[in-house]
Amino acid sequence: MKDFANLFTTLDQTTKTTAKTAALSAYFKQAAPEDRLWTIALLSGRRPKRTVTATRLAEWAAERASLPDWLFRASYDVVGDLAETIHLMVPPAAQSVDRSLSAWVAEIRALATAEEADKRSAILSAWDQLEGAERFVFNKLITGGFRVGVSQKLMTRALASATDIPEAELAHRLMGNWTPDTTTYESLILAPDPAADQSRPYPFCLAHGVDGDPDDLGPPEEWLAEWKWDGIRGQLILRGGTHHLWSRGEELITHRFPELARALDFLPDGTVLDGEILAWDPEKQVPQSFAALQKRIGRKTVPKKLLAEAPAVLRAYDLLEAEGVDVRARPFAERRAMLETLLADLPPEAPVHLSPVVPFTDWATLADVRAGARDAQAEGLMLKRRSSPYHVGRKKGDWWKWKLEPLTIDAVMIYAQAGHGRRANLYTDFTFAVAKDNELVPFTKAYSGLTDAEFRKITAWVRKNTLARFGPVRQVPPEQVFEIGFEGIQRSTRHKSGIALRFPRMLRWRQDKPVSEINTHADLLEMLETYG
Amino acid sequence: MVLEFKDEGIYCPSGDFYIDPWRPVERALITHGHADHARWGHRYYLATEAAGPVMRHRLGDIALDGIAFGEKRQIGDAIVTFHPAGHVPGSAQIRVEHRGEVWVVSGDYKTVADRLSEPFEPVRCHAFITECTFGLPVFDWEDDAILSAQLNTWWQTCRDNGQHAAIGAYSLGKAQRVMTMVDPSIGPILTHGAVENTNEVLRAQGVPLPASVRVTRDTDVKATPGALIIAPPSALAGSWLRKFGSVSTGIASGWMRLRGVRRRRAAERGFVISDHADWRGLNDAIRETGAERVFATHGYTATFKDWLTEQGYDAAVVETEYEGDALDAADTDADAPTEAETVT
Repeated sequence: MKDFANLFTTLDQTTKTTAKTAALSAYFKQAAPEDRLWTIALLSGRRPKRTVTATRLAEWAAERASLPDWLFRASYDVVGDLAETIHLMVPPAAQSVDRSLSAWVAEIRALATAEEADKRSAILSAWDQLEGAERFVFNKLITGGFRVGVSQKLMTRALASATDIPEAELAHRLMGNWTPDTTTYESLILAPDPAADQSRPYPFCLAHGVDGDPDDLGPPEEWLAEWKWDGIRGQLILRGGTHHLWSRGEELITHRFPELARALDFLPDGTVLDGEILAWDPEKQVPQSFAALQKRIGRKTVPKKLLAEAPAVLRAYDLLEAEGVDVRARPFAERRAMLETLLADLPPEAPVHLSPVVPFTDWATLADVRAGARDAQAEGLMLKRRSSPYHVGRKKGDWWKWKLEPLTIDAVMIYAQAGHGRRANLYTDFTFAVAKDNELVPFTKAYSGLTDAEFRKITAWVRKNTLARFGPVRQVPPEQVFEIGFEGIQRSTRHKSGIALRFPRMLRWRQDKPVSEINTHADLLEMLETYG
Repeated sequence: MVLEFKDEGIYCPSGDFYIDPWRPVERALITHGHADHARWGHRYYLATEAAGPVMRHRLGDIALDGIAFGEKRQIGDAIVTFHPAGHVPGSAQIRVEHRGEVWVVSGDYKTVADRLSEPFEPVRCHAFITECTFGLPVFDWEDDAILSAQLNTWWQTCRDNGQHAAIGAYSLGKAQRVMTMVDPSIGPILTHGAVENTNEVLRAQGVPLPASVRVTRDTDVKATPGALIIAPPSALAGSWLRKFGSVSTGIASGWMRLRGVRRRRAAERGFVISDHADWRGLNDAIRETGAERVFATHGYTATFKDWLTEQGYDAAVVETEYEGDALDAADTDADAPTEAETVT
């Protein structure tokens, strides 16, 4: 694993993409095929399952370091990463053993069925055999949180440079259901058989947010607009007489949405659709809120009641494969026309709908339409260039999302908690409250939206103004006011405030605003009436 | 009590003086010249002769009396001596004795010797007032020889790649420590104004430092390919570094032991070089004082106190306004770069 640990160190010690790509590419050229395959798997989110619990690892690390458990936990709160905390606290390795990455992964996976005592001795002996960065990498593998600041895109680029296979082609080969157990480097990368994986999805085409004025996009006639739905992006694959549904996070979610099986009754084999999975209101013929869909997301099997309450549909907006042929390179306007023909005569009970085009002639009119997105149960508009192909990944220029401005509320921070990883030792996770008579009602947490400099400043303030500590959480005086932005608001019985927000984040630190001017609980309830 | 904890700072009633007070007082004994220990506005100052020049440089025309390490001074009914703390040149622990009871204030300290500061000297006492900036077992420093090799390899690699190597290090102490750890035969050393100002003060008092060149508006960066640039950490984030073209950035700090902190600073390399004691250093130092009572002033005080209590000490936390190595606070108002540090 020394080569892999060296690769990790090199990747970790540079912020430059070119240097990262070069290091990865060099590694792909020289590593053994099994190690290459595992590296690709790890860097595309296919991590080995956890075979030892975090609690046990922490216990054994404290034991090995001859320190009390509570001191290990206090250190972990500061370091913010279990693998790193163990690495820093356990005494250095006494031996040096050189085993390959895939051998160590195999050892970790074999622990799944081992007795507790055997797990313990295996882990302790590994800690005693792995030097420096190797041990950190091992801990990362075993804690299941392997992230190294390398995106799948960057890894794909490096692999393309090492193999001379085009990047877009590789991105497609890397999609889907494979694991290092089901394939080899040879059959995944070098000589793939397209028929081997009927379920393999295409890489999703992703959009950037419109920054500034859509006028800058040029003549409106070059563009098509659609509603931007607030659901789950999904790719529906109908091949070989069966169907597969993929989420944008490359998760196979076929069985979570059994309604979509009926698509086979209405659409021809060899069809792949891109669209939004939504909970549908069949009476009103409108999408239900994201909260309704959320009830379905976490469930592997769906009870009948939920199927009736929140039936799922796919609102399709693109066609990627027709009659078994990849049509991604054709212009969007052409794909769209094919899609419309394909879905034209479907009966209302079909689980696939056409996501309508929003007609417009000039940007100003479209801006007015966008302002009414909430009434259309949408979160804004999508703008797609008529002539554009279906790109691989996030490419600037042809697809734009033009979302509504978020809803906002001014609230005061009452608790702060330190973050993890890059945000370790920095107070970044805050709980906010609004006013209700003479008390404060907590209603949301938020942890994004501020700059690093602002987080450092608020951290210094939290340290100096702590009222009480509850483990890693600090109570602070209600003095710092923030403007909280969010995408939606729902009634919730789980929260004291009675509401739950969708995607809350800090828009601004309102240092100009006294606590006496924050919004009230009544304001929140009014928003719930209007937008909930 | 030989020493008391008051709103102004650590106070000695029998001698009527304060140690490193954070509010203006009549008489202040100062452990060392860092801004959170040596503050402006006291009537009389007493510090080691070696710490004096930097304090004058930073605080201007102050009424400052010097004392040698180990020299006994009677103040009121208290007997005071200063002992090396190994933190920065001239830094001291202050020993206060009254009627046979001895208390020691550590200020900031480092137990492992470097090539710059007077080596830390354990002082026997009944009560020890200690910092614990790095008071968690995850903080464990490498030997200077290993750290030197890391610095030199990095600098040499940068030089071979046609890059400058820029390292963030505080202008008093860390910057000079880095200068004494690197191999000056690799290339020229360029310094930010704040660092070079301190270098001049230290050189004038006889501290041996390798040659360095102050970066000014007129500095021709092309004339010094592969130079090592030493600047306060805040300067690395700003526009100051831009004119050097291709630069690899590093930070020298004990916090670099934590990967998350380094990644947050967007530094490519973190060198775990600290002026403070690590976990082992803190524990060794406390044991060697023979003290029964220990007060933790700044750092991970609550955790460290619990640990000391478990080890059988009579330990307590004292709230102070010392900051230790406040790398993360470097951009806040409270710890803004001094005027000298913003001069380019």
